[in-house]
Amino acid sequence: MSGLVHGAVYGVLILAVVLTTSGLWIWGERKFAARLQTRLGPTIVGPFGLLQAVADVLKLLQKEDIIPAQADRALFNLAPVLAAFCALGVAAVIPFSPDVIASDLDVGVLYILGLGALTTIAIFLGGWASNNKFALLGGMRSVAQAISYEIPLVLAAMVPVILAGSLSVSDIVRWQVGHHMFALWPIVPGLPAFGIFFMAMLAESNRIPFDIPEAESELVGGITTEYTGIKFTLFYMAEYVHTLVGSAVAAALFLGGWDGPFAPGLHWMVAKTLVLFVSVYWIRWSLVRFRSDQLLTMCWRYLVPASVLLVLAAALWVQLFPEFL
Amino acid sequence: MTSMQTPTHTLKWPNPHLDMAAFEAEGELMLLHLGPQHPSTHGVFRIDLYLDGEVIVKAVPFAGYLHRGVEKLMERLTYVQQTPIVDKHDYVAPMTSEQALNVAFEKLLGVEVPRRARWLRSLFAELQRIASHLLALGTLSIDLGGALGGGSTLFIHCFRERELIMDLFEEVTGARFHYNTHTIGGNRHDVTPEWAAHVRSAMKTILARLPEYDSMSIDNSIFIERTRGVGVLDGRLALELGVTGPNLRACGVDHDLRRDAPFHAYDEVPVNVIVEQGGDSLARVLVRVREVRESIRLVEVLLEGLPEGPICSYRPIKLVGQVKIASGQAYAAIETPRGELGTFVIAGGGEGNASPYRLKFRPPSLHSLSALPYLLPGATLSDAVTILGSLDPIMGEVDR
Repeated sequence: MSGLVHGAVYGVLILAVVLTTSGLWIWGERKFAARLQTRLGPTIVGPFGLLQAVADVLKLLQKEDIIPAQADRALFNLAPVLAAFCALGVAAVIPFSPDVIASDLDVGVLYILGLGALTTIAIFLGGWASNNKFALLGGMRSVAQAISYEIPLVLAAMVPVILAGSLSVSDIVRWQVGHHMFALWPIVPGLPAFGIFFMAMLAESNRIPFDIPEAESELVGGITTEYTGIKFTLFYMAEYVHTLVGSAVAAALFLGGWDGPFAPGLHWMVAKTLVLFVSVYWIRWSLVRFRSDQLLTMCWRYLVPASVLLVLAAALWVQLFPEFL
Repeated sequence: MTSMQTPTHTLKWPNPHLDMAAFEAEGELMLLHLGPQHPSTHGVFRIDLYLDGEVIVKAVPFAGYLHRGVEKLMERLTYVQQTPIVDKHDYVAPMTSEQALNVAFEKLLGVEVPRRARWLRSLFAELQRIASHLLALGTLSIDLGGALGGGSTLFIHCFRERELIMDLFEEVTGARFHYNTHTIGGNRHDVTPEWAAHVRSAMKTILARLPEYDSMSIDNSIFIERTRGVGVLDGRLALELGVTGPNLRACGVDHDLRRDAPFHAYDEVPVNVIVEQGGDSLARVLVRVREVRESIRLVEVLLEGLPEGPICSYRPIKLVGQVKIASGQAYAAIETPRGELGTFVIAGGGEGNASPYRLKFRPPSLHSLSALPYLLPGATLSDAVTILGSLDPIMGEVDR
């Protein structure tokens, strides 16, 4: 019973923090991008433009909710909710510190990967239900991309699972702590696995250079072409939360989670997450995007074989040199 | 994909007039209207794309959404009134637009332009070329990388440098964009030594920042991956279609009016013509990027040797109907940043022969766009945007 209360309290807390701070991250990203582009970014609303995201959300809330006449109403309404749900749901099993975790699932990694994959369904639903050619093309691209990138993502996530011998995220972190290494140990399979996981995560959360499902210079708005107001906001928010949570997962699985000297675990976890989060945006505002087929070629020709080899390497390491773990 | 393009082997180039009724697709075809309201059509332009999955089977471009009837309007306006109108044609390079018009009028009247004015015109043209090519690079990278991503970073950086040149023009003409600085027989605004110093410092700034742009475009592996081999235009086809400018020079055709039919001061200032062999989108970008450097060199040369003297040989304009030409016709073409911009004018129209009887433009962008039906089939939807962006069309001069 106390476990349930603990889970509920922290679940609500984490959800609230993620949701309320996502406006802050949006502000941060806009400032960051503006600085890269020799602009100022938001400065008007609130101190340093901090309330810009609040103003944006308020504006979007007031927008007329338009559903195209030819759209599939039920699916059209379901898609943004599902997208937001999947993105937020992942946050439940991320250990922000030994205590701050909503639910310490035994199969946390499986849950994360499964729920992350569901996002694609939400995106495709949105694209299909809009009954718009641009949205449909965006949905098609999203499915093609997800089917490809799911494989290296899962295989890369298997490396820490094999090394730690557990599917629970907090067990994996604890294993990393127990081996006095708060980052990437053993280096041999760990470092490349982190690289592949990070790339596949970019693709999963539709970030440049992998943002082809919503390539607005080609597909106008991609899947969100027909979405307005609060539903568009949900998609938009889901994307941010997905990136944020994805960064947290990568930090927990590969970078030692809460482990670190001189500061409480929670601070370390948040810091690691934010470093990854900023890198995502640094990449986003520096690179142009790939083409769909180049993306798939890269995945199947390089990432999938590499990740299979990494899983093999990790398994052999565990079997042959358990003393070096 | 190749199986369905049955007639291609008998044709010289991919068939742009594919018979859709006889065409057998692997799956269901989708007709997608790219434009007229689409973020990447560089204005109001529509291409009907027949898509098989994401691959384009046939492309039918439609121009005319921005038609303003300017050529008809010119038959009513007097010669004096026309210069500010053509500023709005190629709205990325208004300087060269008005030069093309006035060169044609001067040819018709037999007016000799003073040497200083000719040098000034070359100087303005080269500055305009830098600004225009920077914008072309910026907009292409937006097409490649999106308005909310790396593409827009390069775009805004390019605009920052273009702003420097617009400031220079503002200092001379008082206008940032629609200059109206050229007139029959020369220029209206003279430049000062202080302005020359400003130009030199602006060129220095741009030259120093160019390597940064290279690293984000032509040296960036993703950028190269997206543009290399995309939209390969054959040199002979380009010549047949009348494609000119950087798009033609990217196909390995060594053609530049500045050298081949010198106008302004280009008979005194030799131009190194930039030629690339690829014919693909990357080659078109490379030509522009290299031309920016060449233009910066030309600006230095032109500033150095700028002769003293009058800037206009024709009598000052006091009345709009002052210039009257009874008869005759003339065609004059100059090399704008987009290629050969020609003006054909037949005199003897309007009230008291103060207007042309007929005026016709030969816009380079229109001819570049005519290559689209040949370039698009076989490419994907993403490539369509790349190809269109790399051709650097300006709809204002396509539709007039």
